Amino acid sequence: MLDLTYEPPKPKVIQGAKHDWELVIGLEVHAQVASKAKLFSGASTQFGAEPNSNVAFVDAAMPGMLPVINEFCVEQAVRTGLGLKASINLRSAFDRKNYFYPDLPQGYQISQLYHPIVGEGEVLVDMAPGIARLVRIERIHIEQDAGKSIHDMDPNMSFVDLNRTGVALMEIVSRPDIRGPEEAAAYVVKLRQIMRYLGTCDGNMQNGNLRADVNVSVCRPGDYERYQETQDFSHLGTRCEIKNMNSMRFIQAAIEYEARRQIALIEDGKEVVQETRLYDPDKGETRSMRSKEEAHDYRYFPCPDLLPLEIEQAWVDDIAASLPELPDEKRARFVLDYGMTEYDASVLTADVESAMFFENVARGRDGKTAANWVINELFGRLKKDDLGISESPVSAAQLGAILDLLGRDEISGKIAKDLFEIVWTEGGDPAQIVEDRGMKQVTDTGAIEAAVDEVIAANPGQVEKAKANPKLAGWFVGQVMKATGGKANPKAVNDLVAAKLGL
Amino acid sequence: MSIDIKTAAHVAKLARIRVEDDALPALAQEFSAILGFIEQLNEVDVDGVEPMTSVTPMRLKRREDVVTDGNIQKQVLANAPDAREGFFAVPKVVE
Repeated sequence: MLDLTYEPPKPKVIQGAKHDWELVIGLEVHAQVASKAKLFSGASTQFGAEPNSNVAFVDAAMPGMLPVINEFCVEQAVRTGLGLKASINLRSAFDRKNYFYPDLPQGYQISQLYHPIVGEGEVLVDMAPGIARLVRIERIHIEQDAGKSIHDMDPNMSFVDLNRTGVALMEIVSRPDIRGPEEAAAYVVKLRQIMRYLGTCDGNMQNGNLRADVNVSVCRPGDYERYQETQDFSHLGTRCEIKNMNSMRFIQAAIEYEARRQIALIEDGKEVVQETRLYDPDKGETRSMRSKEEAHDYRYFPCPDLLPLEIEQAWVDDIAASLPELPDEKRARFVLDYGMTEYDASVLTADVESAMFFENVARGRDGKTAANWVINELFGRLKKDDLGISESPVSAAQLGAILDLLGRDEISGKIAKDLFEIVWTEGGDPAQIVEDRGMKQVTDTGAIEAAVDEVIAANPGQVEKAKANPKLAGWFVGQVMKATGGKANPKAVNDLVAAKLGL
Repeated sequence: MSIDIKTAAHVAKLARIRVEDDALPALAQEFSAILGFIEQLNEVDVDGVEPMTSVTPMRLKRREDVVTDGNIQKQVLANAPDAREGFFAVPKVVE
């Protein structure tokens, strides 16, 4: 195994009017389980359906309807827990979190407050090569999502769609180990990456399948270390919770704004009030959700409709045995097996499809060359056309064939790029294209020599200059390449030009 | 544990049940009586007794991840006082 030592990043410091301040951040990430049916009903989870069509009577909380748990959702929570190196609780239980809202027909959310299914784990959040933050996970529990209220369709009414009601969520709760806005976003990126590797959550933030509540407080330098030593929260400032953010950019902006707001309050001799706040992306500020404060009295109690959830160690072991190679291990292996930089390995393992594509290209070929081509040519081209790796017009086999031609010196690097572009737009077998269009590199020294002689004969003035200044030999190389349509082997041209000019 | 008028009003508000002020004292008294009755259970010594969650030794019933329900928009909305374009229409919720 590769040496995975790393240094923690420096915490972000914000200069107030009077002092320096540091941030302390903890996140609650809500990840929608990638299931077909809901957590307690047989209704579909399909996004974008007609309003209230993915609703069973259980979801609409019709009298007498009882929840029956979807075992696949339980399995995904366990899988996610194992992926975060967390302890799995063989016995967990469901509780009711009571509150009133039009998009919550039951009048309570079924959640797991007292006995969550997953206990303590950890996530290594990479910030730069060799720099990473180890964020402790406190717990993961399973719960129901609420419905959706739409407030802008009518001036006097709100419209409610229950399609989302009862969809399974995993709430992943971190310890307050995150020390800056960038770290917070990187943490969500890493969680998303791991869950996409595991296949437990698709991570689609736009559709709301991954959302974060962010707890932010500020403290003076040194206070956080005292908290870490004692685990005594009194060393930290009062926190505010910013609810329901579904973009990495908003998460960062909201934390930055909220920290500065708290610092201004404290330096002004005022107090930070613990409360729930909402981030307004249009105004770039957070504001209090006072309406939520009284409703925060959730009166949790064990859900009488559901027995405790008991799972067997053997089942957990089976799930553990089926885990794929996770991002950290894959990255370390890429560095080790293919001799690439940690940075390149991070890029290639960002998602599992890219990693798989790369490995298909690299199999039986030079790993470094494959990495260069996948990252620089393929990713660059995909980005230009705003395509994902799964939509790439050039398959791994086609790119591999181009690299084979290059590796056998049948085409030059320049021609290889042209060939890539042809395969991108027209498709086809690269070897056949090279054959049909006469793109093969000229390695025949006789032919190259003739071309060199021709250029030298036609440019006696340049020859004199080059003899005085050997750097000008490059001009001849360029002319020969031009004359041969870029097909001459550049090294052979270089050598011949130097020899003929007597350099 | 005794419930005062303020707590009774708070609980009524959380439950979104309107209780007129003059009805609160009686409500608070009823709450207190019920809690007092339940509190007798605290007298039982349960040291070393596992909490019982079911009278029969049952395993939590599971379902498979298969879509078996839904597409009953009309029925779901049938009891709604107001529904428009497939949505429940409710008095404006101001955030």
